[in-house]
Amino acid sequence: MDRRSAEEWLFKGLMYLSLAIVLGSLFSVFAIVVFKGASALNVAMITQVPQGGYYLGKEGGILNAIVGSIYLAVGAIILATLISIPTAWYLQNYRVRSRFAAGIRMILDIAAGIPSLIYGAFIFLIMIMVHARASLFWGIITVGIFLIPLLTRAIDEVMQMVPSKIKEASFSLGATRLETIYHVVTRQALPGIITAILVAFGRGIGDAASVLFTAGYTDSIPTSLNDPVATLPLAIFYQLGTPFPQVQQRAYACGIILLVIVLIISIGSRYLTKKYIRYSIK
Amino acid sequence: MMRDLRDRIINSVLFVPTLFSGALLIVMVLVLVQKSGKILASQPLVDLLFSSSWQPIAGNFGFFPFIMGTIWVTALAMLAAIPISLLSAIYLSDYAHAMVRGIIQPVIDLLAGIPSVVFGLFGILLIVPLIKNSVAPLFGVATSGYCVLAGGLVLAIMVFPILISISYEVFRTVPLDMREASLGLGATRWETVKHVVLKKAFPGIIAAIILGFSRAFGETMAVLMVVGNVARVPTSVFDPAYPLPALIANNYGEMMSIPLYDSALMFAALLLLIVVVIFNIAAKYVLVKIMGVT
Repeated sequence: MDRRSAEEWLFKGLMYLSLAIVLGSLFSVFAIVVFKGASALNVAMITQVPQGGYYLGKEGGILNAIVGSIYLAVGAIILATLISIPTAWYLQNYRVRSRFAAGIRMILDIAAGIPSLIYGAFIFLIMIMVHARASLFWGIITVGIFLIPLLTRAIDEVMQMVPSKIKEASFSLGATRLETIYHVVTRQALPGIITAILVAFGRGIGDAASVLFTAGYTDSIPTSLNDPVATLPLAIFYQLGTPFPQVQQRAYACGIILLVIVLIISIGSRYLTKKYIRYSIK
Repeated sequence: MMRDLRDRIINSVLFVPTLFSGALLIVMVLVLVQKSGKILASQPLVDLLFSSSWQPIAGNFGFFPFIMGTIWVTALAMLAAIPISLLSAIYLSDYAHAMVRGIIQPVIDLLAGIPSVVFGLFGILLIVPLIKNSVAPLFGVATSGYCVLAGGLVLAIMVFPILISISYEVFRTVPLDMREASLGLGATRWETVKHVVLKKAFPGIIAAIILGFSRAFGETMAVLMVVGNVARVPTSVFDPAYPLPALIANNYGEMMSIPLYDSALMFAALLLLIVVVIFNIAAKYVLVKIMGVT
């Protein structure tokens, strides 16, 4: 009896320890980045583009990368949503056990697991074929394409969660399958769809490996789709690569900015979900 | 009749984006295979995979150091992440109060949303100095801190969310009745977990581990920032390593100026892709078997 309860306590202790490690690592990621970066964070960081000698430690800010990241992620999420929602509708239009739909879902699941770097390399090859240079346009294409599988499967999942009773009620009123999907399922799944889009947006804004090849890097804010574009993750990466402590400090400050953006997205998605869930039938 | 016709038209319009998203993966594989053709034709596959000689200018492309670098870092990360994630998931599914779950889950989601560059930053600021100043001297080793261990630890933290959330889902598929039967026979909670939940959920745990592994396998930026990037086969966790994704990310700039280099890098990308695809198919197969159609 003693041995049994000792084992119970031992493993319970180990569980608390594990959870403490998981939560503690999250906390230390935030803590260390804020602690090291706070001193370099100032108004100029987020209101100015890099001035001459910025990468040697002179003045300027990183507005180019903040705006660049937002342009890129917004463009990519629009592209991905335009493909993902119709695809999810198409998949919903099939019977649950349809082989074709299962096949497409399988392919999308695999595609969602592929590292973003590979998407970057793939689009880079295509850019070489068409003799294109790195630009905002190609960055948007890369990130958009890498978000499509993730977003489609997430939207598809929330649409599948809609109770069949609600769909049957719609059918019984004479609605066709597509009318039901469009007017009932989509509306019912709206909070989940919004969350999915925001999660994908967060992935897009934080990803560096895919745009390393395709978006280029510049110190100015892009004015057209053909301009190269800077992104925050790459700004962090490049600033860390300089040998100057002041510039590295700014990389930490950029880390804070990126974390704040991720937090805003996370809180925003929770808020929007709560707001729109009121319109769903329980 | 009109509505039926309209639905048919809409359906065929919707088929276009579906085809696009489905065909993407296949096109990607084909393009990478085609691009790797040149390097595969110039050197036997065995040499490419098992030779340690990496001299692009001389035309020697031995991927062994990079493959080993990837395996070392990923294996270490999984070794650290699996027990911690499983114990956390068990706590959430079998021990935690609903309220505690409600607090912890958003936090884990938040962890999943942190960009990999920030994890790299965290590694440079905390893990690397910690290894250099505290851990390595403990073992009597001198290192810059940029090593397999740093990469593995950063990567372990990055795979926590995926491992925890999938294994938590799997634990929840074990019926409550089975737990109650075990508890009713006088088993303690942990005995129930050990003999009933873990046993029943075993295939799902394997699937979660495979998915976590494939996620870790392709992670680029965070690992690249802390692992040292030296093209040598590591012999201890304090040695630097040079994983495949880092190789691709660091060298794409020069890949057009050296013959065969572009083909070699695309071969590296293809290797990653193949491993990830196989792992994902295996995991999906197991998950579909236990959870039904997803």
